[in-house]
Amino acid sequence: MASKVIQAIYNDDDILMLAVKRVKEAHHHIEEIYTPFPVHGLDKAMGLAPTRIAITSFMYGCVGITVAVVMMNFIMIQDWPQNIGGKPSFSFIENMPAFVPIMFEMTVFFAAHLMVITFYMRSRLWPFKKAENPDVRTTDDHFLMEIALNDNEDELTKLLVDTGAIEVKVSEKH
Amino acid sequence: MYTFSNRLKITSIILMIVGILGIGYGFISAPSTIEEAKAMVAADAHGGHGEAEAHHEEVGTHHEPKVTHHESVEENHHEAGSAHGQDAAVHQSHDEHTLSKLQNRPWAAFLIAGFFFFMLALGALVFYAIQHVAQVGWSPLLFRVMEAISAYLFPGALILYVFFVLTSAFHLNHLYIWMDPEVMAHDGILQLKQGYLNIPFFLIRSTIFLAGWILYRHFAVKNSYAQDEAKDNTYYRKNFKISVFFLLFFFVTESIMAWDWFMGLEPHWYSTLFAWYVFASMFVSAVTVIAMVTMYLKSKGLLEYVNDSHLHDLAKFMFGLSIFWTYLWFGQFMLIWYANIPEEAGYFLTRIEHYNLVFFGMLLFNFVFPFLVLMNSDFKRVNWFVMIAGISILIGHYMDIFQIVMPSTVGELWSFGVPEVGSILFFLGLFIFVVFSALAKTPSFVVKRNPFVEESKHFHY
Repeated sequence: MASKVIQAIYNDDDILMLAVKRVKEAHHHIEEIYTPFPVHGLDKAMGLAPTRIAITSFMYGCVGITVAVVMMNFIMIQDWPQNIGGKPSFSFIENMPAFVPIMFEMTVFFAAHLMVITFYMRSRLWPFKKAENPDVRTTDDHFLMEIALNDNEDELTKLLVDTGAIEVKVSEKH
Repeated sequence: MYTFSNRLKITSIILMIVGILGIGYGFISAPSTIEEAKAMVAADAHGGHGEAEAHHEEVGTHHEPKVTHHESVEENHHEAGSAHGQDAAVHQSHDEHTLSKLQNRPWAAFLIAGFFFFMLALGALVFYAIQHVAQVGWSPLLFRVMEAISAYLFPGALILYVFFVLTSAFHLNHLYIWMDPEVMAHDGILQLKQGYLNIPFFLIRSTIFLAGWILYRHFAVKNSYAQDEAKDNTYYRKNFKISVFFLLFFFVTESIMAWDWFMGLEPHWYSTLFAWYVFASMFVSAVTVIAMVTMYLKSKGLLEYVNDSHLHDLAKFMFGLSIFWTYLWFGQFMLIWYANIPEEAGYFLTRIEHYNLVFFGMLLFNFVFPFLVLMNSDFKRVNWFVMIAGISILIGHYMDIFQIVMPSTVGELWSFGVPEVGSILFFLGLFIFVVFSALAKTPSFVVKRNPFVEESKHFHY
């Protein structure tokens, strides 16, 4: 494995997109791209797999509604079926309309929060995490493309300069 | 340029003819005398069922307290096994009630189907107006489709209006009990509402809102065509302005329409969000029809620039509005169920008692099925997925209008047979005929000089 990477810095997202396409055509492996904001279509150009976070969210929602149903069925129907204001607590279905607001909210709560936590875990984000930023300018107005280097520094430098990079440098992989 | 294919034209004409025969059969087979009505009920009752039916009625018919009272008296008499002289009078009243309900059936079936197809056109028109006002970038390519669907507005409104004139001014049916002077004379609650519920005012209101909607449709479509040939954006601006005012007008008049035509069927009952509920039904079905016609035309290769992102957007609307409808359905049902105030709960008692399968079954068609099918982003781009979800939504919203109208007019004597199917087929045929004739008259499916049409052509999600 290469221990060095080549970093090309761009100052325009359109140029970056064209550069990605050319680098992909030349069959180089793009390690990472750092951008200050979401660049529409960049994931497609890089050939990244689509996210599955919506699927996890759906499953978390199913968990949420199950928790709500089991909880209220136990509390209101099984454990202590009290007569509260004449509401029919003989079976779950008879009293269901009163439970729907909670079922709905629990579904949304589980779907939203567990999905967010999943996102944090999968993208390794947490408080006090050390920022992984190869160049501070990428949070402001520059775009950085990082490519693994395998003794082909000259060739890659030429290609990257050709694609409109304003700066090309080689650095240790971190 | 689209030509109305002969096969489709013949199909729609056959549908209309079969439908008219069905409607005619419905009117002929409706009983005209009390004896006939009794025979029909007896044939349906299957022996010992009769007593149970009478029992249900006691709970169900809240809109006629007088009759309910008689029936409970009647039942007591039956149980006691006695035959007083008063019994004959009680029977008489019950039988007249049965007769009028059975006579209502073909009329109610006609109203349900007539309004169902009318609301598709009206909903499409509202969607169209919203696209103008919101200056939407993706939809101008579909404007011609929406304009063609809203072409049904005029014939649909005309039929409904004639229907209401026959109902109110000529008393040809008993759909609206408050239109019956006999009922009015004996009902203190209805007398208090007489300032609103009287026939001249009813017809004047209907005239105003139907005329307003038709006028907007006329000028919006005219301006839209004029914009194609224009040199600047004058007509586009005009359409923007009249669409704003149409939407203001519409949301006021739509409420009144729902009170008049549907809540008026049950004049002892009221619900504040009823008009929105009817609107939600209208809107989601209309967007569904827009999506269906778009898919049909696209499959014929007529909508060159429409891509699956446009379909995706329509499917998102279908998905979201289905949930919106369910929200309103539940909001209305749950509030009344929870408080259970007798004068409000009667409405749902009839429906749960006698229309259980329709009332709760429509949730499957209107909510569960579209919710699961249209949730996935990829499925929203697959034609046949959107198509089956759309068919489910349309069936579900027919059921919705059915359960609004039928329990209040026919009550427990309902069934789904020739009069209902006949009405659906007739209006379906007419709808297809009018909409596709309008499409055939459209010179170009692309609005030419709309400021947003370029954006719409390159719309990509």
